Amino acid sequence: MALTLAYLAILVAAVSGLAALPFGARRRLAQRLVFLLLGAAGVLAIAAGAAALLAGLEQRGELALGLPWLHWQMRLDALSGFFFVLIGVVVLATSFYGPGYLREYERAPRPIAVLHLATGVFVAGMLLVVLADDALSFMIAWELMSVASYLLVTFEHERGANRRAGFLYLLMAHVGALAILLAFGVLAAFGGGFAFAQMAAAELTPLWATAAFAFALAGFGAKAGLVPLHAWLPEAHPVAPSHVSALMSGVMLKVAIYGFVRVTYGLIGQYYWGWGLLLLVLGAASALAGVLYAIQQNELKRLLAYSSIENVGIVFLGIGLSLIFLGAGHPVLGTLGLVAALYHAFNHALFKGLLFLGAGAVIMRTHERDLEHMGGLIRRMPVTAGLFLVGSIAISALPPFNGFVSEWLTFQTALRAPVLDGGVESAVLRSLIPLAAAALALTGALAAACFIKAYGIAFLGRPRTRHVARAREVSPGMLAGMALLASGCLLLGVLPTPVIAALAPLTRLLLHVELPQATASGWLWLTPVAPAVASYSAPLVAVAIALVFALGYVLLKRRARPPRHTPAWDCGFGGLTARMQYSSTGFAMPMRRVFAPAWRIEERVETTPGPDALGRPRAIRHVLHVLDWSWLKAYVPIGRLVLAAARRIGALQAGSIHTYLVYSFVTLLVLLVVQWLVAAA
Amino acid sequence: MSLAQLSLYEQAIIVFAALVLFTSFIMLAQARMLPLIFAFAWQGVLLAVATALVAYVSGHPHLYISVGLTVALKVFLIPWLLYRLALRLGIQHEAENIRHPSLLLLAGAALVVFSYYVALPIVRLSGLATRNTVAVSIAVVLVGMLLMIARKKAVAQVIGFMSIENGLFFAAVVSTYGMPLIVELGVAFDVLVAAILFGVFFFHMRESFDTLDVDRLNRLSEAHESILTHDEAADAAAAGERP
Amino acid sequence: MTAHAFLAWALALAQTLALAAAAPLLAGWIKRVKCRSQNRAAPPLWQPYRDLAKLARKDVVLADNASWLFRAAPYVVCAATLLAAAAVPFFAVDLPTAAIADVIVIAGFFALARFFTALAGLDVGTAFGGMGSAREMMVGALAEPAMLMAVFTLSMTASSTNVASAVDYVLNAGLVLRPSFLFALLALAMVAVAETGRIPVDNPATHLELTMLHEAMILEYSGRHLALIEWASQIKLAIYAVLIANLFLPWGIAQEFTPAALGLGVLAIAAKLGALGVVLVVWETVLAKMRLFRVPQFLGFAFLLALLGMLTFVVLEAGG
Repeated sequence: MALTLAYLAILVAAVSGLAALPFGARRRLAQRLVFLLLGAAGVLAIAAGAAALLAGLEQRGELALGLPWLHWQMRLDALSGFFFVLIGVVVLATSFYGPGYLREYERAPRPIAVLHLATGVFVAGMLLVVLADDALSFMIAWELMSVASYLLVTFEHERGANRRAGFLYLLMAHVGALAILLAFGVLAAFGGGFAFAQMAAAELTPLWATAAFAFALAGFGAKAGLVPLHAWLPEAHPVAPSHVSALMSGVMLKVAIYGFVRVTYGLIGQYYWGWGLLLLVLGAASALAGVLYAIQQNELKRLLAYSSIENVGIVFLGIGLSLIFLGAGHPVLGTLGLVAALYHAFNHALFKGLLFLGAGAVIMRTHERDLEHMGGLIRRMPVTAGLFLVGSIAISALPPFNGFVSEWLTFQTALRAPVLDGGVESAVLRSLIPLAAAALALTGALAAACFIKAYGIAFLGRPRTRHVARAREVSPGMLAGMALLASGCLLLGVLPTPVIAALAPLTRLLLHVELPQATASGWLWLTPVAPAVASYSAPLVAVAIALVFALGYVLLKRRARPPRHTPAWDCGFGGLTARMQYSSTGFAMPMRRVFAPAWRIEERVETTPGPDALGRPRAIRHVLHVLDWSWLKAYVPIGRLVLAAARRIGALQAGSIHTYLVYSFVTLLVLLVVQWLVAAA
Repeated sequence: MSLAQLSLYEQAIIVFAALVLFTSFIMLAQARMLPLIFAFAWQGVLLAVATALVAYVSGHPHLYISVGLTVALKVFLIPWLLYRLALRLGIQHEAENIRHPSLLLLAGAALVVFSYYVALPIVRLSGLATRNTVAVSIAVVLVGMLLMIARKKAVAQVIGFMSIENGLFFAAVVSTYGMPLIVELGVAFDVLVAAILFGVFFFHMRESFDTLDVDRLNRLSEAHESILTHDEAADAAAAGERP
Repeated sequence: MTAHAFLAWALALAQTLALAAAAPLLAGWIKRVKCRSQNRAAPPLWQPYRDLAKLARKDVVLADNASWLFRAAPYVVCAATLLAAAAVPFFAVDLPTAAIADVIVIAGFFALARFFTALAGLDVGTAFGGMGSAREMMVGALAEPAMLMAVFTLSMTASSTNVASAVDYVLNAGLVLRPSFLFALLALAMVAVAETGRIPVDNPATHLELTMLHEAMILEYSGRHLALIEWASQIKLAIYAVLIANLFLPWGIAQEFTPAALGLGVLAIAAKLGALGVVLVVWETVLAKMRLFRVPQFLGFAFLLALLGMLTFVVLEAGG
């Protein structure tokens, strides 16, 4: 039943784009239909996933596709169910959001049906990846997802930057896919087949297990945007239409995490602390680098994309802790780390989806992508501002929203480091895990600074341009899409205990462990290890905040006279203008100074001398470029290397047809000689 | 063995060991000359107290002689010599420009972790209550070396050198309750001679180069001579620009 | 609900209210000692109460373009701070409210309060507010890891992140000299100074634009909003003082709910806070306010102390 629903979800998603074609002339209707189907796919995915996750079902199926001797194996279990729900929620939100948002693209010079087709295939591909139970169908679904999202990234291809971003994206997607293929290759060689069941049964030697792990990490890490492979992500994600950005950052990165978890926990099934340590370092580095780069961005969607790198880093940090504890023989703590990571993955899908949708709403109404030109939108778009605020609080890991819960769980896992004992490696880990926790703390605090900047500059203060001053609130449908995700953020923040209880089938499936002690004290209390060790009651926190508001209203506000409105304090000079506000660049300046080595900063002041005798400058220009080290130190040198190699090989290409004939002739001769040698032997 | 099982004196030894390490970090981050010298003197004080406690707990009276030597040399004589030197050279208000001090401190912390791993096998072998502090003493040696590597001013180099000696001394005290007395006396004498030699060396350096920046010592090689004048001109220009 | 549980919840509520009510008194005490130490005429101890009452009665003046966020922020700040106050053992330990939030959540509450204060600073769109917000976030971003690192040291020793459990652990272990606690104490004290906007990081008494952080953000507030914010910052100072006093020197705190024990608990915490206030005054009198870009070094040093605390715990105390 659940599996049928899942198939149906994939099918509906795949054909949703086609629905637009017959109505070419009546665009509005076509769009409604497309998003209706997409929403239906989302609901079906949620239903299928929830059934599989909550009941702990494990249903297998076979599709008569693919190779004659290897039909596509499908499996819906608790892990796929979890990711089905995740994908479904965000897809559902975009389906509410889409019709209103795409009005913007109606006057675009290209058929919008392409967008719909690619979106449908993209969603179907993601669902199929999660459902796949053999390497072949997994890779096909993976490629569907990558290629469809490439089309989405390059949808506005008249801008050169978008084409470049699209190329980079496709390149990295395929380099990553190659690594994944190698990981499957190792597993298949030991397991004797490409079905996941055979791979899971394989007995790997530690060396080959590590090789498979390394390939999986490189492949899925490249897709998820781990440092130092992340530089493509902030180029590609922001240039797609915003509802697609929400899907890419919110969901596609999670599909990469799904792949990593599936391969590591489901297929390799061996755990070494060294792997965990590697993930811990990479995760902490990604989290810190992501947030530091995010803070320096002035373009709203780019900022959000960099922040996705940060959150992927946090997820990988949790997985790293999990692997460390599993490798050291503490399965319960290992499970806790995995739960924290998956919880954060779900949270990130919700709030990053919400933030990208909010950014899309802002860009649609103001036609500005640059924070420096925004301002004061809270008065023009109050509901969007409120929903964006929810997302900002959640992503900054503040109670009582969901981001806090998952980071808190990660902290709690990290703080159990003293249980590791015996051997030099435990000494290494005992002293390094707290450092990772400190990095996580710094990340959280910097994320708060980053989103105060994004929110404060875009929504608060005075409008900095005329467009922005005339912005209007977006349509109710778009608001509903955002509200759906925002309520998810609140719900997962206030009720963490039932959520963790719902994850029990998942942990039982992967690790044969549950976390009974986490939920032992009832739904009101979250006690990941034991009540005496740590406890958090999100419902009570939410109630208490509401109570203080009510008390404040009763005691102070109700009795008081309405506030008087006067101009803001201007030091007596008069005439505060929008240009006197703190700018986005200015807000980030203290961070730029404190963490200076984190970026390659190019800053200069250009003065145009004036004509008068005093030499007073006519114009002063401040130029600031904050560049990504990974781009300069990893991508550019590798690109140069590849180009140089290509040039060497290019020497073969002489351009004369006779030379090419000689090549063919020589090749043929050599092959014949080889054939002869083999036959002789 | 957990901390609560030790006697109060042994706990105190561990506290002072941690404080000795802490003074090493203070020296690593301290850019000004006189506070640097004072921090070194304080390290001597803490070292002496820790050694005295070890002597009391272990009942090795010969360690009291080491305590006396430490107090006399490292708390009073050498800091006083350096202090006088700093006054006479007129560098008491100078501050060195340390690049990325926070990275330097993090590197120091990494050295502590590293020395912990290095010391683990030794700790396993030893049965002494103070065995865990071996890692701390190794860390003091390493941080002292880091100090010498990272700093340019000659005074800081001397302080780094002396704190390396402090670390070695502390390692001997906590791992084997001190070296034979004759060795300790010899080392103490060496340190004293080194301090005096450094003093003489400072004056010569100052006369030859007009600076206490040890980076300039590379000019002693002849190949650099032609560059010298050019470089100095650039330096002078830079100095003139500075407000 | 049993009678004992009811008593515990009632006591917990009373403790929270007592902490909130005593916070202005601590502020008044610090001010008084400071004035005395500098040979100035001192305001009476209850002056902060008078100020708060007067502000609460006054009308609110809002800037023209202030949004709803500006008006909601004081309530959020106050709520977050009160929640943090509820989770800290004040004169009695083992109360049920302590289980609502462990020390990481307390840090989260402070971060929530800071988040809204900083947003309110940006809301009106003056240069002051933006400057205050940008600076406050720099300080906050550096202080938070140092604070968490310091409390991680404690919680690893006590093997619990609940403040109440940590206090119990220290009480039951008796007198043990722990170098890690020494470092954590120093680190936490430095973070507390930075977080509560005291000298040398910020000057609570100044309104000179180049030197202020916290005051710059709340410059546009007036009336009851300002009263709430001022009260919240007094409670924050009190919470940090109570945390330091009860985590490192918990002796005297009531472990059972008898009148004698509770009375002793109240007396003990009053004495500890009074002494801490004097220490703060001496510290503030001796030091001068540092320029803004020295603050990262100050907080970096606090982080180093916390890190050394953690490392000494791992190297020296945890055993090999």
